[in-house]
Amino acid sequence: MDFSQTLKIALRALRTNKMRSFLTMLGIIIGIAAVIAMMAVGTGASYVISQQIASIGSNIILVIPGSTTSGGLRTGSGGAQTLTSDDVKAIMNECPSVSTASGTVRSSGQIVYGNMNWSTVIMGGTPELFEIREWPVTSGRSITQQDVDSAGKVCLLGQTVADNLFGSADPIGNIVRIKKIPFTVIGILEGKGQSPQGTDQDDTVFVPLRTAQRNLVRSQRTDSVGALIVKAKSEMVLDKAEEEINSLLNQRHRITNGKEPDFSTRNLSEILAVAEKSSKAMSLLLGAVASISLIVGGIGIMNIMLVSVTERTREIGIRMAIGAKKNDILLQFMTEAVLLTMLGGLIGIALGAGGATIVSKLLGWPTMISIQSITIAFFFSAAVGIFFGFYPARKAAGLNPIDALRYE
Amino acid sequence: MSDVISLTDIRRVFTMGDQQFEALKGISYGVAAGEFVAIMGASGSGKSTCMNIVGCLDRPTSGQYLLDGLDVGAMDPNQLADIRNKKLGFVFQGFNLLARTPAVENVELPLVYAGLNAKERRQKAVIAMEQVGLAGKENNHPSQLSGGQQQRVAIARALVNNPAVILADEPTGNLDSTTSEEIMVLFTALNKKGITIIMVTHEHDVAAYAGRQITFKDGKIISDRPTGRTA
Ligand SMILES: Nc1ncnc2c1ncn2[C@@H]1O[C@H](COP(=O)(O)OP(=O)(O)OP(=O)(O)O)[C@@H](O)[C@H]1O
Ligand SMILES: [Mg+2]
Repeated sequence: MDFSQTLKIALRALRTNKMRSFLTMLGIIIGIAAVIAMMAVGTGASYVISQQIASIGSNIILVIPGSTTSGGLRTGSGGAQTLTSDDVKAIMNECPSVSTASGTVRSSGQIVYGNMNWSTVIMGGTPELFEIREWPVTSGRSITQQDVDSAGKVCLLGQTVADNLFGSADPIGNIVRIKKIPFTVIGILEGKGQSPQGTDQDDTVFVPLRTAQRNLVRSQRTDSVGALIVKAKSEMVLDKAEEEINSLLNQRHRITNGKEPDFSTRNLSEILAVAEKSSKAMSLLLGAVASISLIVGGIGIMNIMLVSVTERTREIGIRMAIGAKKNDILLQFMTEAVLLTMLGGLIGIALGAGGATIVSKLLGWPTMISIQSITIAFFFSAAVGIFFGFYPARKAAGLNPIDALRYE
Repeated sequence: MSDVISLTDIRRVFTMGDQQFEALKGISYGVAAGEFVAIMGASGSGKSTCMNIVGCLDRPTSGQYLLDGLDVGAMDPNQLADIRNKKLGFVFQGFNLLARTPAVENVELPLVYAGLNAKERRQKAVIAMEQVGLAGKENNHPSQLSGGQQQRVAIARALVNNPAVILADEPTGNLDSTTSEEIMVLFTALNKKGITIIMVTHEHDVAAYAGRQITFKDGKIISDRPTGRTA
């Protein structure tokens, strides 16, 4: 018997009970929609996370002044001025797992060009900073060691700052005033987008570290740095580098047992791990919803197929009397069940894809519905049909023709 | 032996719980190709039980059944399905058509399981419907046909795969006498074309259309004689 005929019979059977067919499919529809949404959210989230890792630079450790240990009164992180340019040099020279490091100072203030002004973040750093953060210039040149040594009045503009001050004009070579001090614009940094914390990384102006220490921040010591950004040699030695930094700084700052350290280190991959964990939890939740509703939907299909076999006992008898083999009957009912779940699967895919598109629009994520996830969902729905359709179909195929013909 | 059907000492014992009931107590008869046989007998005498065995829907508890010289007892269920499909045609008292399915598709059904393609199926089905006088009713659903017309559809379905034998269990049982007569005229015409027919009936005037009459009683044959009417 050719399959197109089997298909036609199955379609006719489903059409006869349209409402029942639809209600039966509902479980599968919800399940598959959840599967698609789960995969879209999961891949979308991990894409965003990997983008953020790439935007910050990999294998990074932050060293900030102040303690993070709890208890007692303490200055907020970054408030104290306990780290110096010498600490940076020592870390670069004495920690074998460290590739490079840069001290930074951070301030905020107005930057003015002509009659335009913009409030932004002002960062002082060394050339290593841009290496660590893998942040090249798109035009002009970056800050050099000479700029740092001579405390040159030069600056790099982040994309957002450049756009707001200069519009479409070329900023390079122009003089801007940062906190009233004139600086020459030497370069524009490549756009980075949002940080994992959701701030615009491009809304920043960079100046040489020493220039910032002398002219832009007020502190007791001109060589103190606000924070240290360190790059480990590889991801494998990230933890080791962190240990090395801790013990070196403890030694340099004379922190003995029991004394609270005046600095703390933070590993960026730890921060990202948290983000990853929450997106995993989301996926897991959707996965649970998906598998439960697929099982419930599958049982629903089995139930309806059993009803259908009973209702159509006489039809089965007629078909058998006329020459249908056991396998023909088995195939017919299996086809019906699989058709039901595949149709449900297709509707579910459409709903899930629609839902995922809305979610990704709301979160500003790229749409992450892969052909792969659609294929998986489709075959999964077919598999549910095969699994839960088999028992009713076998029951139909196992009927005795005479009993089936006599069935009222 | 040129018999299409040959039964030798067929017995059928039904077991219900610890009770046993022998519905057929040694049935033997042969049917030659082209014969038209009527089977009669009181209710419960085993006519249908015997027809089911002849129709390969049921197996005898003991005895030998040769169809076209082939031993049916040795066949597996798939082979039996093939026999039902290709060598036998069934006509039932209750018509047994598929509801919500056009007449012509009901007629095509045996050809579907025979593996013919859609075009061949339709061609043969239309011819079979013409043969039973239902040309033009191809697309009517069974519910849109009279009882007699439904039985004609069933006969067309039985005919369509050119079977050696048509088995009819009380084909006129649900029909009035005029319609019964029309069906019997149709059967006679088919028989004249060479199709072997075995028919169970309770009505003597229906049985009179056959060339031979076998009478059952309590699972045995009590008479087997020509009706006098030549086929
Ligand atoms: N599946 C079965 N299980 C048990 N007993 C059965 C079964 N089928 C038939 N019988 C018994 O076998 C006997 C013969 O039944 P059968 O249907 O062959 O009678 P019949 O001659 O066709 O009667 P009718 O003219 O009323 O159709 C009856 O006594 C019936 O009760
Ligand atoms: Mg009977």
